[in-house]
Order: sequence, then structure tokens, then C-alpha cells
Amino acid sequence: MADPGTGRMSPTAPMELLVRGGTVVDRTGSRRSDVRVVEGTVVEVAEGLEAAPGATVLDAGGCVVSPGFVDLHTHLREPGREEAETIDSGTRAAALGGFTAVVAMPNTEPALDSAESVRNVHALAQGAMAHVAVAGAITVGRAGERLAPMAELAALGVRIFTDDGDGVQSAGLMRRALQYAMDLDVTLAQHCEDKSLSGGGVMHEGAWSSRLGLPGQPSEAEEVMVARDIALARATGGRVHFLHLSTAGSVELVRRARAEGVPVTAEVAPHHFTLTDACACGFDPVFKVNPPLRTDADVAAVKAALADGTADAIATDHAPHAPELKDLPFDEAPPGMLGLQTALALAVTELALPIEHIVALLSWQPAAIARLDGASGGTQGGDVAPGRPANLAVVDPVATWVVDPAALASRSRNTPYGGRTLTGQVRHTVLMGEPVVIDAEAQR
Amino acid sequence: MLSSAKCWAGDLVSAFPKHLLAMDDLDAGAIGEVLRVTDSFAEVGRRANPKVPTLRGRTVATLFFEDSTRTRMSFETAAKRMSADVLSFAAGSSAVKKGESLRDTIETIQAIGMDAVIIRHRSSGVPARVASWVEGCAVINAGDGWHQHPTQALLDLYTVRQSLGGGDEGLARFAGLRVTIVGDIRHSRVARSQITAYAALGADVTLVAPSTLLPPSLEGWPVASVSHDLDKVLATSDVVSLLRLQAERGSGEYVPTMREYTAGYALTARRALELPPEAVILHPGPMIRGVEIASEVAELPSARITDQVGNGVAVRMAVLFLLLGQPASLEHMSEPPDSEPIGGPAPEGGPRG
Repeated sequence: MADPGTGRMSPTAPMELLVRGGTVVDRTGSRRSDVRVVEGTVVEVAEGLEAAPGATVLDAGGCVVSPGFVDLHTHLREPGREEAETIDSGTRAAALGGFTAVVAMPNTEPALDSAESVRNVHALAQGAMAHVAVAGAITVGRAGERLAPMAELAALGVRIFTDDGDGVQSAGLMRRALQYAMDLDVTLAQHCEDKSLSGGGVMHEGAWSSRLGLPGQPSEAEEVMVARDIALARATGGRVHFLHLSTAGSVELVRRARAEGVPVTAEVAPHHFTLTDACACGFDPVFKVNPPLRTDADVAAVKAALADGTADAIATDHAPHAPELKDLPFDEAPPGMLGLQTALALAVTELALPIEHIVALLSWQPAAIARLDGASGGTQGGDVAPGRPANLAVVDPVATWVVDPAALASRSRNTPYGGRTLTGQVRHTVLMGEPVVIDAEAQR
Repeated sequence: MLSSAKCWAGDLVSAFPKHLLAMDDLDAGAIGEVLRVTDSFAEVGRRANPKVPTLRGRTVATLFFEDSTRTRMSFETAAKRMSADVLSFAAGSSAVKKGESLRDTIETIQAIGMDAVIIRHRSSGVPARVASWVEGCAVINAGDGWHQHPTQALLDLYTVRQSLGGGDEGLARFAGLRVTIVGDIRHSRVARSQITAYAALGADVTLVAPSTLLPPSLEGWPVASVSHDLDKVLATSDVVSLLRLQAERGSGEYVPTMREYTAGYALTARRALELPPEAVILHPGPMIRGVEIASEVAELPSARITDQVGNGVAVRMAVLFLLLGQPASLEHMSEPPDSEPIGGPAPEGGPRG
């Protein structure tokens, strides 16, 4: 069985790399340490390490050295929408955002619902600037009608299945999918949206949608599916990961389910803790996402979920769209915004959490959900310790920078943060021993 | 947190705005100005030659992505009476049909050179987006999705002001006026504009509709009350404004049947008798007689539906004047030299011609 988390040392990695002067933060805590990497593997974590002759030295003064970030929710668009993003451009954006692995969503064209389509992405992702873990579709063509060949995909290393973009509407089919997933030891990730409630809605249903005359998606459209899937996870024992939780009601449902021991996990997207439905007031589709931007109270609730452990991960829902699609009227434009290069900075800027907590939400916690961590035999997350593959994010938590949409690595420009000054910058990213980002510049 | 609070009502403008996108763009002073200028243009409309050179050399485009007869005719008549050059883009016959993007269409129109574009679109917010793309060109919203239709609200105000005696005295009588808006408010751009407009002038607005046809939230709306019982509010309604119910809304999704809607919410002859004697009945059109308004009610003297249409041209002339007529006076309203001399400008004077 191929394991997507087990990589080789990058052929372009230097023999020896020294990350010097930073504070190492991982599951075991934080300590002032240098990190020596030889042939892609961490060999020494200690203070005052001397660089060997010819070693590449990365200055980490004032920085946090974390296990590389893992994005549970990336739309790479390839195959099918290469004008919006490719695996090459998307993983470059990932690397610049400190991510050493991304979970590629299967809503490509064609959908990733067959062994052939998964092998194709694996082949395209050879040599990419971040590890690409494929999420498979739960149903054929993401149509919600019959199960995709999950065992065939699991045999190729797929550990997460989702119809993201849509939720599995049929409770009966979702229940069967969970039962089948348990046999394969894989996780189902759900985009929670009951279409009979959300149908036609293009923003959050509330005071702003009423005022702007735009059809809305009520919070209940998300919450009824969260509640349903909690019941199904409880009944089957199958693992459900909730994608992009956006409402206070969803947060409360997940909080109670976790207290009860139901096997559910959850992620929150940066825009859901940064922006509100008021942003739609100028009808600019750059603010259109699905699930939609919600209210101040929902923002407070998802922040609390990240703080108290109800949510395990910050996941970007990086969703590139070509400019002409975002010049459509609000109701016609596709939902989604860029996220990979701004995730860390938005977390530092918007969340009143210690940096150690933020890197946990971006690194080893999502790595465990994606089964890319050391405990699952993968290369991601875990500890910065001798013998571990060198996947590292070096973050300056106090540096400020201004988002310039034109300077982003993505092929698309649909970021709502252009011109905004953010605190927290990814300074270096190390992928299997190779410094793919040095001083916030991509090295290839 | 990023938010864009300046879009909320209450951020009132002092000068006349660059664009007319929503009734929120106009404060009570600006509304009064529109109505006063409308008086002057209504006078022009009564002349044998109802044409003035006010906008000579200016170019106005109507850009209707959604079918409309009366609004488009009204705007084009208004622009032509002011001697503007009028270009008419119909989505059905233009490059839009061939897949050209909205933005490209607008850039093409701007490259041709326009002083104003008048836009109707089935999607809420398109005029606002266009206004953010153009420079040196006024954008007038002629109806966008469920969002706004400001000139319809202005002509309603003008029609009601006439029935209140006209002039500034009529305008002052909006304070405390009891306005009842009945019907599909949820999907109505007219209602959204009317509510803001009446409230800006101090009227007390009551909404009457089944809950399924109300907006999901009325938070922040300047509404005095909401009722689901039309019979109870008739006796205290100085103005009743009826909204069209589209047939598909009465097919079981929003209300069970059209018949059930009519039984509860139509202004029937019996209900019209419950209104105060001076009450005014309005309908933005196109009306479906027998659904939201009984045929005989539409013919009552208190029903000012035809006046609404007639006033539409003068109101739209006033809006074009205030947005485009740079010389801030009405001097340009004199007759063209080559036309039959009937009367001069009369901003303060009585009717002529």
C-alpha cells in the first residue's frame, strides 16, 4: 500500500541544513533550540549548534519553529480548472503559507472518485512544493447517489473522503458510507448544508441578506446536517470530520458531541473568524463563500471553538476562481476565496491565542485528522525531534506585512484581504529537508 | 474584524449623490429636492412641446438585462425630453447574449462615452458593482433583483405628495402619515425602496404579509409595525401600497394557493370601503387584477395608479437633472431657440403653457 505521508528526501535538498536561533514549538512544548537537518531528516535539536562547512543556515531569530502546517481543505483545481489553479501554483502558495502538506479536495473535473483519477493527481503532484494528500469523493461524481469505490481509493492511500462543495444529502446513504468507512479505517469529511434549506441562498440569511435583497442560507441549513451526522457517527462509530464550521449552533452541537465521546472532529476557516455577512454590503463576490460569512455572534462562537478545543484545526478552504468568474453578479459568481498564504497571519491577527496554540491548530492537530502524522506512519505533524522527517514552518509571530493580491502565488486573485496589514509571517518553509521558502520567498 | 458599516442606512448624504443606487443614498433633504425639481419638470411635461435642452450633448444609456416596458420607456422618455442622446442596450440583442461579461459590457459602454447608465438587472447589487467600476458616469438603478428600485419609490412619494396638497406643505404632511405596504415584501425591490423612502420623510410604515412573504429579518428596518391581518389595519391606513404577487409564489411554496392569498391579502371592494375617505391606493404595476387588487378598486378615484405612471417621467427627469445637470439651477430648462416659444423656466412660478 502506498502511503501518502511517507516521502523521500527532496532531491534538491541540501545535505545539511541548520535552522538557527528560533524557538521550537511542537506537541511536547516549546524551547529555545536550533534544528540540524541532514539528508531530509532532523538529526539534532539543541541550543548553540554550529553549522557544518557548506551547510545551509536559516536564520530563525525571533521565530517559532513548528512542524510544517497541514491544510485539511485545499482546492487545487487540477485537473479541470487549471486557469484558476494548478497543483504547481497551489502548492507554491501552500509553501509560502507554511504548509508542507495539503489535503486536495476532490471536486475537480472530473471528480476524484476513482483509482485512476487519484493516481493521476499523485502523478501530477510529484515534485510539488508541498505534499499533496488526496481526499476521495464519498459518492460517484459527488452526485450523492451511490458510493464511490472507497476501498480502491483507500488502497492508494486515501484517508479522507468528502463530497465537499456539497453535503451528502441522503441520511441513509451517509449512514452506509460511515459503516463502510469504518471497515477501511478512513474518515468522512462533511460539508454540512441541507439543500432544502439553503437552496438558492448566496449569503448568510439574516439582517444583511434581507436588506440587500439576496437569497440567504439560514444557519439551520448547516446545523441540521451537523446534528444528523453526529447522530450517525454516534450510531455507527464511524469518524466524521466537519468541514468549515461556521455557525454558533454548529459549534455547540459539536461541543456537546465531543463531551459525549462521539468520534467527530471539526475545522474552522480563517474567513469565518475574520469576516462577517456585513462584508456583502457592496455586493462584491470576493466575499462570497460557502458556507457563507455569518454574523458577529457566529464569529465569536467559532473563535471560542478554536480556543476551547471544540475545533481541532484551522483549514483554509483555499478556493481559487478566475477573475472573470468573480466579476459576475453576486448571486451568479462561484463561492470561494484564497486562503493558503494568509491563514497563519489571520490566525495571529484575529485570534487572541498563544502562538503555540495557533501552530497546533495549523500543524499536528490537522495532521492527525488527515492521518499524515507520525503515529499514522506519515511525515507530517508530530514532534521536531531527531529521526523525524524535516517538514518545518518557521514563523515570525510579530512581523507585519501588507497583503498584495498581485504578489500571491496562486493563479487567481480572489482574496478579500488586499491592502490589509496582517501580523504574523511565514519566514521559511522546509519540505523534506529542502528550504522551499526562505525569507518569505519561494525558492522554486 | 473587517466590516463595511458605512453601507448601513443612517450614513446620510448631504449633497446629491453621484449615483442613485438605493433609497438609502438620499436623505430627507435630497428627497425634497427631487420632488421640488419634479414639479418643474411636470410643468415641462404639460407644455405643447415638452422638450428642454437641459441635457443637450449628454449621453445616457439604458442597460436593461431584464425585461421591462414601463420603466424603460419612462426613463428613455425622460432623457429624450431633456434632449439627451439615448442609447439603448437590450441584453437580448447585444453581445451580452454572446457571453460577454458584465464588466466587459460596462467597459465597452464607458469607452463609447456615457454620462449616465440606467441599469436594470435580475441580480441584486449589479448597479452597485457597476458604480464601482465606472468613472465620471452616473449610475441609476432601475431595479435590481429583490434589492432596490429607487425611482419607483420617488414617484410614489411624488404621487402621495400631490394627494396631500403638493409642494412643501404636502411634503410636511408625510410626518406621521400611516402607510401600509401589502404583499410579497420578501421578493420586492419596490418595497425595500418604499420603506426607506417613506420612513425618511417621517411616515409610519406598516407591513402586511404572510410570514412566508416577509424578509427573513426586519432587523434595522424603519418599520412601525407588522401585521398578518389586512382587515385590522385598513381603518388606520392613509396610504395603501399593494405589491404584485408573482404566480409562482402562490403555487404552494410561499402561500398555498393564489385564492388563499387573495382571500387574506387582496384589496377587494369590501376592504376598500374600510379605508379612511382620503386614503390613497397605490400599485407599482404591473398589477394582476383579481389577485392583489380587485378590478373595481383599481378604478376608484383614490387609486392613483395611472398618476404613478405619469409622474414617473417627471421624477426621472428630476433624477437625471440632479445627477447630470451640472449647472445647479434650472436655467437650462428654457425652450430650445428653434422651438416654438411657449414659456420659460418656472421653478417657482405657476403652471404655464
